[in-house]
Amino acid sequence: MPKITYIENNGKEHVVDAPVGQSVMEAAVKHAVPGIDADCGGACACATCHVYVDPAWTAKTGEAGSMEQSMLDFANDVEANSRLSCQIKITDALDGLVVRLPKSQH
Amino acid sequence: MTTSEINRIIIIGAGQAGAETAQRLRQGGFKGDITLIGEEPCAPYQRPPLSKKYLLGELPLERLLLRPASHYAEEHIVFQSPVKAVWIDRANKRVRIEGGRELPYDALVLATGARPRKLSLVGADLEGVHTFRTAADADAIRPRFVPGAKLIVIGAGYIGLEVAAVGRQLGLDVTVVETAVRPLARVTSPEVAGFFLDEHTRQGVRFVLGGQPAVIKGTDRVTGVALIDGGELPADLVIAGIGVNPDTALAEQCGLKVENGILTDAECRTSDPNIFAIGDVASRPMLHYGNRIARLESVHNAVEGAKIVAATILGQKQAVEAPWFWSDQYDLKLQIAGLFQGYDHVAFRGVMADRSFAAFYYKDGKLIAVDAVNRPAEYLGAKMLIQTGRSLPPEVITDESRPMKELVASAR
Repeated sequence: MPKITYIENNGKEHVVDAPVGQSVMEAAVKHAVPGIDADCGGACACATCHVYVDPAWTAKTGEAGSMEQSMLDFANDVEANSRLSCQIKITDALDGLVVRLPKSQH
Repeated sequence: MTTSEINRIIIIGAGQAGAETAQRLRQGGFKGDITLIGEEPCAPYQRPPLSKKYLLGELPLERLLLRPASHYAEEHIVFQSPVKAVWIDRANKRVRIEGGRELPYDALVLATGARPRKLSLVGADLEGVHTFRTAADADAIRPRFVPGAKLIVIGAGYIGLEVAAVGRQLGLDVTVVETAVRPLARVTSPEVAGFFLDEHTRQGVRFVLGGQPAVIKGTDRVTGVALIDGGELPADLVIAGIGVNPDTALAEQCGLKVENGILTDAECRTSDPNIFAIGDVASRPMLHYGNRIARLESVHNAVEGAKIVAATILGQKQAVEAPWFWSDQYDLKLQIAGLFQGYDHVAFRGVMADRSFAAFYYKDGKLIAVDAVNRPAEYLGAKMLIQTGRSLPPEVITDESRPMKELVASAR
């Protein structure tokens, strides 16, 4: 099963087994990684699952879709590698993915 | 009650509000006992997908779970289910559960949710007549969601329309019966309701508006719905989506103040300072709407209640969001922010024919709500404005030559 590393804003790392087919948000929430709220459960309705994809991985995770990009436009501290983690689907190619979490989701 | 005196917390109700409260308390560092009591046989799960991807068969229940079932023991949260709380003894601060056992608490959280209203019609108990709220409800309905089956949905609110959309996507013959003259009458404007009526009609849903069901027909299984005007619609399956009643039985039994839900203050405290109420069952002052009391049935309200209670118990402050809500029907994503009740003007950005537009609601010249269809920027932008007490004039907010983000930044 792919492994994903989530790095909290304070530097604390969480390495999580992430089932293929689920989203990067789901894997975090199921393992209670702090810093990803995901209030809407992945319906792309709340923009509280913002992450920064490690630059080494941005090619593999791809770019934000248009709906996601519109939501991200209103998130705090958005960078070029910002994504909503509910919109990144886990594949075998993402084994080893590293994402960093923002200071806050609001 | 001060924070340091709280060692035992009981949460009654293991929906999203109850489960999130337990989780937020632990995440926030609460070290005492947490007992979470739920009536359903499975671990806490998200309800919104039930009438969407779960009913479509695209998501298994496991992926609806808020946390894996094993998580509660790992976090030292005593999760008891299916268990029913039957009595609250406020004087001695104890909860009695079915079977007679009594559990002591220092703080009690009521997150008992709501129960779907049942049709008060002859035949409403026939097999094939359902309400829709729980995973068990969805599981009972799913085997009947087969191509060609005749589905009658009674009530054209969000649940009814989402179920109708899934029905059409799976090839059912769908009729929606609604007593009002338009769908979504309680929850949106006539304009936006008209848009959804047209969409569903285009997708092959038949509507009987202003229709009053008289009798559910059938001997052991439902075979049809007779209407008051004499018409009769054949049916293999009837789903009633006619609203919910807050489950206030325990609160009333122990004498808490109940007015359309358990009444609380902004910190979600009931008329007993040791008891909190959150989620669908609770009414609280709406910060962005002159503190008028409202009972909201939404994920936002469930999660926010959980955050507020956890923060209050931990001696912290919790920022309050503008209310938000969403509905998925076909390829349409409706996102709502704010409370539209009492609006006196509506302004549109984009046009309905493009299936991508936002309706902004105003009261006394101030933006109070948005219904955004496939328009996430308009949704989030309006939500941010409402949350920060700002507004934009209708003629400005509808200017499509300027991006929403820029408009929001210019607002005061």
